[in-house]
Amino acid sequence: MSVGRYLSRRFIASIIVLIGVSIVIFLLARLIPGDTARIAAGPRATPEMVEMIRERLQLDESLPVQYYYFIKGLVTEGDLGLSIYTNRAVTTDIVEFFPATFELVLFSGLFMVLIGVPLGILSARHRDGLTDNIARVVALFGVVTPTFVWAIFLMLAFAYALDLFPTIGRLSDGVTPPPRITGMYTIDALVAGQLAVFADAALHLILPAFALALTGMGQAARLTRTNMIESFQRPYSEFARAYNFGPQEVAFKYALKPAMIPTLTILGLDFSVMLGNAFLVEMVFGIGGMARYGVDAIMHKDLNGIIGTVLVIATFFLIVNVIIDLVVAYLNPRVRLAAR
Amino acid sequence: MNVLAATAIFRTRAWYRFSRNPLSLTGAAIVLVVTLLAIFAPFVTPFPEHAGAMVDFANSDRPPDGRYWLGTDGVGRDYLTRIIYGFRISLVLGVVVLSIAVPLGVGLGLLAGYYGGWTETIIMRVTDIFLAIPALVAALAIMGFLEPTLINAMIAVAGLWWPWHTRLAYNITRSVRTEDFVVACQVIGASNAHIMLREILPNCVPSILTKVTLDMGFVILVASALSFLGLGVQPPTPDLGQMVADGAHYLPDLWWKPVFPGLAILILVLGFNLLGDGLRDMLDVNL
Repeated sequence: MSVGRYLSRRFIASIIVLIGVSIVIFLLARLIPGDTARIAAGPRATPEMVEMIRERLQLDESLPVQYYYFIKGLVTEGDLGLSIYTNRAVTTDIVEFFPATFELVLFSGLFMVLIGVPLGILSARHRDGLTDNIARVVALFGVVTPTFVWAIFLMLAFAYALDLFPTIGRLSDGVTPPPRITGMYTIDALVAGQLAVFADAALHLILPAFALALTGMGQAARLTRTNMIESFQRPYSEFARAYNFGPQEVAFKYALKPAMIPTLTILGLDFSVMLGNAFLVEMVFGIGGMARYGVDAIMHKDLNGIIGTVLVIATFFLIVNVIIDLVVAYLNPRVRLAAR
Repeated sequence: MNVLAATAIFRTRAWYRFSRNPLSLTGAAIVLVVTLLAIFAPFVTPFPEHAGAMVDFANSDRPPDGRYWLGTDGVGRDYLTRIIYGFRISLVLGVVVLSIAVPLGVGLGLLAGYYGGWTETIIMRVTDIFLAIPALVAALAIMGFLEPTLINAMIAVAGLWWPWHTRLAYNITRSVRTEDFVVACQVIGASNAHIMLREILPNCVPSILTKVTLDMGFVILVASALSFLGLGVQPPTPDLGQMVADGAHYLPDLWWKPVFPGLAILILVLGFNLLGDGLRDMLDVNL
């Protein structure tokens, strides 16, 4: 199977899953107990407003027809309806709040890979040594500690007790956000050449991103370790050793690439846990991202806001997994070379 | 050698493997102690009346001392008492969620794996859809559509937990459904239900048992996250996640408020995790 066919197949599968997600969340929002129009209009709505909402959402039509209008609006105009919580289009809200979450997850992913994978390689090379045992403990406590507890512990230790990092928010008081291009403060500040703002934004990101990375970091280390050990025993590693390549070269040139294939695939699935946890980290560190928006939408029974949040998060999850498939295709010669 | 003797040997060996590992034993001990504390909460807690809506402003916000080992909250209730009662809620929630999600998930997995074809396609694609929505986000969304109560939190978590068990049961069913003992059963005319429940299901038991133990910890984790966000158990019922959320407002001065309930969740989840790992080694399953 060629790379193109392999990837387009994965891509189409993702689209189908996404359509499924939209159906599930749409049905949930329509089948809730009570009068949907009444709930969607919000607690302060007048009867006229409720009727208006009923008409706008075509609530008198059958469910498939309602879903058709919903999808039509979404695909043709990017319209997810009005949020009763912010009183703006849900799409506008998403554009405003998503970049902060994206930035947090991006930094966190960097921590996870840059710390987790080397830790796993070291553990594999020195099995049951000091690094291996440290990695074990990190992995265990990363998985069993709720992310919000990590966030609070890290905040207590590094922000309050040691005073190394700021406690909450995305920027210090009095710092003006950089001109908006991507909505991610660190990147916008770099583009605008405001190094001081970049440093401030990055400093605010370190603790939250680290708290978020902890669950996955240990996991990444353990997976890398297991797959590296397996990879070391394979003929290609034996072969490299027989040719008298040093342990360094065997590890990085021969064993690492194949070991990363299963590691990445599993981490891709675990990414869903990370997205969920981002909600908790945002709440603890007062980052105004998608999570804050989603939780507020839920508190206010903002149906369109909830649907929008779930769709964005699911899309994000699926896109990351398609990217991982791309990387795996590149790493795996059986997929890559078949194209020639 | 007869079958009974063989099982007996397997049992002792398995038990040996389990008991040799101090981590598994620690896990088992934590789970046992916490369960006993939770069951006998009214008798073992220092101030059982503090589990409800009690107020004692004279003793509010006390740091840990000889009388209140883990300090008191804003209205003077003992944290130790409330944490032990919090274990109760967490354990009940975990058990209820899993006793809904596991039979449902395993049942669907058996059907998909055994029948194949359209049944398989439909069930497994729906499973994929559910796995694409992060568990916590899905639970949040469901809570957004329902009222935030303990029962609804259980429904929300159970409603998204079954796909993992569907996958597990499906994979095992696929791998054994062409084995001789299944085919033999079909040849002598056993019903499909009999084959699924009596022949295939027993092969899933070790894996499911291990997964359920690990899941207890993770269900408690997700549920505590829900109540941390204010969407789970409502006050005055003591809930660990909610205690952390309340306490977090008082950082850093009243540090014991979020730290002890947080540690309590950690210990509880750790216990189930270590026990689950121990079971995995003991029953020799791959998850």
